[in-house]
Amino acid sequence: MASETIALNLVKLGTRPIGDRLHNWVVTVDHKKLGILYILYALMFLVIGGIEATIIRIQLIVPHNHFVSAEVFNRMFTMHGTTMIFFVTMPILFGFGTYLIPLMIGARDMAFPRLNALSFWLTAFGGLLLYYSFIGGSGLYGAGEAPDVGWFAYAPLTARAFSPGHSTDFWTLGLLVSGFGSIGTAVNFITTILCMRCPGMTLGKMPLLAWMNLVMAGMVILAVSPLTAAQLMLSIDRYLGGHFFDAQAGGSAVLWMHFFWIFGHPEVYILVIPAFAFVSEIIPVFSRKPIFGYPVMVAATVCIGFVSMSVWAHHMFTVGMSSYGNTFFVITTMMVGIPTGIKIFNWIGTMWGGKIQFNAPMLFCIAFLFQFLLAGLTGIMLSAAPFNWQLTASYFVVAHFHYMLVGAILFAIFGAFYYWFPKMSGRMYNETLAKWHFWLFLIGFHLTFDFMHIPGILGMPRRIYTYEPGRGWEIWNLIVTIGVVFQIAGVVAFVINMLRSPVKGESAGNDPWDAWTLEWSTSSPPHDYNFARIPVIRSRRPLWDLKHPEDPDWKYE
Amino acid sequence: MKDTERERKWGNIVGTVAGILILLASLLLATNLCAADAATSPAIPSIFNPQSTPADSIYHLSIFVLAVTGVIFAIVFSLIAYAITKFRRRSEDGAEPPQVYGSNQMEIAWTVIPVLIVLVLFMATARVIHAIEDARMPKGAIEVTAIGHQYWWEFRYPALGIVTANELHVPVSNSSRPSPTFLKLISADTDHSFWVPRLAGKTDLIPNRVNRMWIDPHDVGVYVGQCAQFCGIQHAKMLLRVYVDSPQQFAQWVQEEKRPAQSSDAAEEGRRIFETTSCINCHSVSGTVADGRFGPDLTHLMSRDTIASGATPNTPENLKMWIQDPDAIKPGSLMPAMKLNDPDLDALTAYLETLR
Amino acid sequence: MSCAAITRPSTEPDFILRSRGRVGMFALIAAESAIFTIFVVAYIFYIGKSVSGPKPKDVLDLPIFSTVCLLSSSLTIHLAVRALRNAKVGAFGSWWFVTIALGAIFLVGTAREWQRLIFEKGLTVSTNLFGTTYYSLVGLHAFHVTVGLIVLAIGMIFALLGKVKQEHSERTEILSLYWHFVDVVWVIVFTVVYVIGR
Repeated sequence: MASETIALNLVKLGTRPIGDRLHNWVVTVDHKKLGILYILYALMFLVIGGIEATIIRIQLIVPHNHFVSAEVFNRMFTMHGTTMIFFVTMPILFGFGTYLIPLMIGARDMAFPRLNALSFWLTAFGGLLLYYSFIGGSGLYGAGEAPDVGWFAYAPLTARAFSPGHSTDFWTLGLLVSGFGSIGTAVNFITTILCMRCPGMTLGKMPLLAWMNLVMAGMVILAVSPLTAAQLMLSIDRYLGGHFFDAQAGGSAVLWMHFFWIFGHPEVYILVIPAFAFVSEIIPVFSRKPIFGYPVMVAATVCIGFVSMSVWAHHMFTVGMSSYGNTFFVITTMMVGIPTGIKIFNWIGTMWGGKIQFNAPMLFCIAFLFQFLLAGLTGIMLSAAPFNWQLTASYFVVAHFHYMLVGAILFAIFGAFYYWFPKMSGRMYNETLAKWHFWLFLIGFHLTFDFMHIPGILGMPRRIYTYEPGRGWEIWNLIVTIGVVFQIAGVVAFVINMLRSPVKGESAGNDPWDAWTLEWSTSSPPHDYNFARIPVIRSRRPLWDLKHPEDPDWKYE
Repeated sequence: MKDTERERKWGNIVGTVAGILILLASLLLATNLCAADAATSPAIPSIFNPQSTPADSIYHLSIFVLAVTGVIFAIVFSLIAYAITKFRRRSEDGAEPPQVYGSNQMEIAWTVIPVLIVLVLFMATARVIHAIEDARMPKGAIEVTAIGHQYWWEFRYPALGIVTANELHVPVSNSSRPSPTFLKLISADTDHSFWVPRLAGKTDLIPNRVNRMWIDPHDVGVYVGQCAQFCGIQHAKMLLRVYVDSPQQFAQWVQEEKRPAQSSDAAEEGRRIFETTSCINCHSVSGTVADGRFGPDLTHLMSRDTIASGATPNTPENLKMWIQDPDAIKPGSLMPAMKLNDPDLDALTAYLETLR
Repeated sequence: MSCAAITRPSTEPDFILRSRGRVGMFALIAAESAIFTIFVVAYIFYIGKSVSGPKPKDVLDLPIFSTVCLLSSSLTIHLAVRALRNAKVGAFGSWWFVTIALGAIFLVGTAREWQRLIFEKGLTVSTNLFGTTYYSLVGLHAFHVTVGLIVLAIGMIFALLGKVKQEHSERTEILSLYWHFVDVVWVIVFTVVYVIGR
């Protein structure tokens, strides 16, 4: 087999002035720079959302606390939820996808680079608009006009009659704008993955990250639009005197719930499927084996994509649907657990018989496995509607979804950070600091979210700015708040690592992990054009074929 | 193997095992504490300490679901733990392990078994849904209409002609003479949710919609709960108390509630103040001109243990504070600060204290 | 010095994937369909539920003429694209212009109907549930027609400046997909509002 290397002589001309370089970042349409912009933007909001969560937990550390007023508390939990979902998790996942997909499919950029840039700036502007609400209205007193209606903004609390200020409008408009950005990104992902794969890369040979982002993007297209529609209806109600959700005129509060959760449930799969993608790329490399059951992983993901569009009313079991309605959503919700479980077994199968290395990315993915398992099982508990009648809207469900969002998704994201950091920056991160991050955050996560299930079981509802003593909730709230300290410490270690390592880290080289997908064949960081020559591939692990010419993958696939 | 490698390897193993043990220990500790607490203290509204048939059915279903998911957890947890210990890299020889791409038999096995588990869970669940939601109201049932307001509960007993607020009285129900309480749930403003964990799962109160639920408490006592759907600024203090009375106590309570307000000459001044200020725009006192519906009915205010929907105990000092400065107790509640001078306030409170 | 490596010489058979513009447009149409679906669901859900005010059968007339115009414009845009594919730039320009004119007639028809409904029949978006859902759904569609017309008009300007050539036929075809989508949505809206809802 012949292989060619192409040497490109790059002459270093000296650094451009800082103004030029910043301008370059602002006007860029390069997917790698946009990916990094998404990620940095999201990290900033991760810190802000974390501060909001810390304020919530300090207020709840003892009953009848006076750390913040009810008004401020209600804005905190609304903003915490809205920020973490729309301005942290979605942008980070879009950012990693934007960065990695062209590299992994052997393309030079996304299908629509300018749309890519527009989508990022729309998302960014939406977030800034939402946060401007803190200084709108009454200024910083009482946290201004920041939204205080909960991140799902149930009608008719959001009607003009019950929310006379602009808090709801900031919520609606900020998310409408960033929603258009999300749809733009989804269009880009789908088009890129379907139209720009390198020769030889059929759909059955592309990395699982590409498959999972394809399914995710399809879900964004179908799920974010209902939220946009519902928000338009809400704005028509608030500003044009419409009656979509106006009980006096015959409007239905439950209709808002249906529309919101038709978005809201697929949304959480939109968040978790890219996390699956990270884990599906990292675990094989650090187990030194290919992913176990690639076709089944693809089929399971597609299945999850479809079935998850039919489960939304499991968020509405207490709304008074008929027993038939409730039963339908029980069965669909339980069904979606099956392909999800299959994936866990496939990841275990990947590790089985391997030679596992416990670098930081792998540590985070192993923790992901345990935590995703538990979160999925509490999800099964919640899918049993009568059990749900007790557990929903309590701290049990808050613990469940944080187990998913933090324990599974955020851990996978941290793993992805460490895994692709060498590629994006050209340097290795500090492994010791990364392990400190891991263990501190793990302890904090478990202290907070394991014990958070208990107040829910003992009857503590969510979204309350204080609680009565004597109901047995005090000790658990105390432990939950203490866990926050460890999580903060872990994130501090992470931020220090991310700031120091691009400067002080040792040079990473193209392929520090001895991995097998196409991004590791480019330089670190990749050149603007990604590949001097578009690669031609023959199997799912092109670099394995290169490194093991006597035993290439395409003989076995 | 180099020293740092060996250190790292052992560090990893010790760390992983320690982490797993901490996790397991804390889970066990938590469940024990939780169960212990629930068993010893009836004031704790634990869903695992049910005292009414709906809560009971849910409890039994939940034990079944917990058992099934617990077994699944134990098995998969062990598989992961085993995999990461047995298959860790032990030598630096750089040889890759056997590359296995998949196994159709395993995929079928771990698809079919979860499908069967789901079927079993589903059937158990469907049965309980039907038993609770489609239960028919028997002849001896007490009917209550619960109306959710921003930050308080209105309870009407249409058959008995009673209107009260925040503290629900129901008779105890035993299997030989069942007297369950069937509630109709509606809302006057935003969404609310009626949740008293030891008696039933929660059901929402939604404007322009009638929901139904039922309870049949097996034991006398007070059961606490609160609103469980974010309804606005004072959602946290929309508390609930359900008083399960013996049949005699309940009959007596009904008698007292049916009577109109008792007048007393000592409180004439307070009554005059009440009836000539805006109090009567929001509150009702039966047998007087006060006929407002926006706020709670005050006819038998003194029969209640708490005021402001459980936010504070019903004492003269708290009552005064509530009238003069509601924001001190429940900031953002819809009760306006009445701004009375001290003599008027004292007289008014004295009058309200006569409303037994 | 940096290197890029490839796995084997390019002797592979042609690996042809779909065109980006077409896939992108289908994805956009899917998203828009989802938005319209929600508005249609809301409309259907609220049929007969207005507590007061005018009812559909009291005030709605069938907009036959506007509908015929809009649906014909799908045919004319198809003819325009076909002309361009066959390098008939002049015919393209004419059919494109007719498409815009027909779309504009549809919008004018909608505007006149709304004027009649508001000023003669007293139906506004805030009158009752019917008013709210009607204006929202028909308005959302009209908004999409307007956006489509603006884009078509830009294309018209390019055509008049002589800048549209045969090699642009794929792009015009992709634009015409959007226009066909707008027409299909109108068929659904018409059926739901003027046939079923009345």
